[in-house]
Amino acid sequence: MINLAAGVEGRNSALNITIFAVFVLITLVIVFRASRNSKTASDYYAAGRAFTGPQNGIAISGDYLSAASFLGIAGAIALNGYDGFLYSIGFLVAWLVALLLVAELLRNTGKFTMGDVLAFRMKQRPVRAAAAVSTLAVSFFYLLAQMAGAGGLVALLLGIENKAGQSLVIAVVGILMIIYVLVGGMKGTTWVQIIKAVLLIAGAFVMTVWVLGKYGFNLSSVLQGAVDKAGGGAKGEALLGPGKQYGSTGTSRLDFLSLGIALVLGTAGLPHVLMRFYTVPTAKDARKSVVWAIVLIGIFYLFTLVLGYGAGALVGPQAISGAPGGVNSAAPLLAQELGGPLLLGLISAVAFATILAVVAGLTITASASFAHDVYANVIKKGKVDDPNAEVKVARITALVIGAVAIAGGILANGQNIAFLVALAFAVAASANLPTILYSLFWKRFNTQGALWSIYGGLAVTIILIVFSPAVSGTAKSMIKGADFHWFPLENPGLVSIPVSFFLGWLGARLSKEYDAKKYAEMEVRSLTGVGAEKAVPH
Amino acid sequence: MSSAERDVAHEAETEWERVQASPEFAQLRKRLRNFVFPVSAIFLLWYLLFVLLADYAHGFMATKVAGNITVGLIFGLLQFVSTFVITGLYVRYANRRLDPISDKIRGDIEGVVK
Repeated sequence: MINLAAGVEGRNSALNITIFAVFVLITLVIVFRASRNSKTASDYYAAGRAFTGPQNGIAISGDYLSAASFLGIAGAIALNGYDGFLYSIGFLVAWLVALLLVAELLRNTGKFTMGDVLAFRMKQRPVRAAAAVSTLAVSFFYLLAQMAGAGGLVALLLGIENKAGQSLVIAVVGILMIIYVLVGGMKGTTWVQIIKAVLLIAGAFVMTVWVLGKYGFNLSSVLQGAVDKAGGGAKGEALLGPGKQYGSTGTSRLDFLSLGIALVLGTAGLPHVLMRFYTVPTAKDARKSVVWAIVLIGIFYLFTLVLGYGAGALVGPQAISGAPGGVNSAAPLLAQELGGPLLLGLISAVAFATILAVVAGLTITASASFAHDVYANVIKKGKVDDPNAEVKVARITALVIGAVAIAGGILANGQNIAFLVALAFAVAASANLPTILYSLFWKRFNTQGALWSIYGGLAVTIILIVFSPAVSGTAKSMIKGADFHWFPLENPGLVSIPVSFFLGWLGARLSKEYDAKKYAEMEVRSLTGVGAEKAVPH
Repeated sequence: MSSAERDVAHEAETEWERVQASPEFAQLRKRLRNFVFPVSAIFLLWYLLFVLLADYAHGFMATKVAGNITVGLIFGLLQFVSTFVITGLYVRYANRRLDPISDKIRGDIEGVVK
């Protein structure tokens, strides 16, 4: 109970709500202004392709640096030390896959969605349906993680301890997100992400300098502080090396390896990341965006390293685990420790903004995939008479996804959000990445190969997750009191990623389909940008 | 794709194949693949080495180098450095070695098609 009080003491709910309301108000005004020129599908899905490389790069980092990055990683480092650091490294190195292998070629070949790239030289309807299924699956896992994070944050911030109150706030987050997406489309969403990225990185910078300042700008002293606060001796020293969270058994070591692989291969298969490459006018701008994103994301993760150990040193692992919100409350508690209620309010508002911006990005991606791939091309067979019909369907889909996200977020409230994000990465790395890479680089890839790698990868990943200890069989499992697990690892990537690469290869080999003319067109277009969708002048 | 665009693409189909078979395009493809494939292999192996060390060489990674700065921490920070360096190298390579050829091919095709 003492720890609980420590989390709530000094909190000023009125102040927190005011700061957050100001952010919502400002972004809403911007979203409404952005919506003025938003009419066509290209406006709604890709902001008229009119963002510059740097703008898109900042928006990508805003889209990517989710609540899991900020709250989850800082908390993981505070509690588990070095093992939490792996998340940041995997999340960053992953961008090289996007930069070298995916971003530019994808921008040159597609229009709005991942399905566009696959459908270029394959049978439209089956591959678009498959691409939409995996896009929706990844978006769903990722949305759950963000919404669950909102619940934990609210617990800490407003002192709302009961589940009903938290659920209400999750609903408010969902409704705000729906408004952003419906009114602003991709343009409004992008601006929300840009503002949020600037606030988040600035906030993390201030806190990092503050923490370092307290320890004479000596990282080693910050680490010593964390070691001492954790009880010193061997127990405290464990924070400095790997193995505290994952090192105990052979199985948990394999889990760590599996997680590491999924993190590095997942990013370039995340549909909301892929879709951001379409908001710039050319492939060269896509390249610039990724460079900006890599620099900003890299710097941010260096900050979280200091923040995580700083929270361990100044707040302490006991106070963090005991606080409402648990591991996710490390960064907000550190803010309170440093700058009192005002900084706590500011940082919490930034964290809220983070959740809002990321869920808006996910929702627009999922709705675009459904409207563009499933409605326009699978159901209507590419013949949508009314040009506004597709956007209308996208808006309705966004509403439905918003409702599902609210319900799912309420159910997932209390789960570790970094873990939920890791699951989304496993699906993206297994179902999407092999398919995209084969499609862009392998001449003989075809419809059957794409279907096998998407559906096969998705099925293997989900089956392994359902029968993993993450879902049942241990005290920390999602479903408590039941045990039907037979797969030993929480992270399926180690098995599911090679399996879906193999399935994609096998499926393509066993089918004779090959369109040399279409492949010639796709390859020339992907490398040179001939005929790529241009920016829409307004 | 608008219907007008589709017509253009259809008529120009042999044009795509001609460009694809041209030595210029072969050079562009070769330059791209000669950079991105080996570099991807290198950074993925380098990352895998880091993960395996963090996973199976706890003692080595927990060795203190200076103060509380451990070998593991330095390895982790080196991953940041290598990511930034590879990004810089790729941008330089793309600007100098890839963009001029792809710009030229694009200019040629769009000149023919229009």
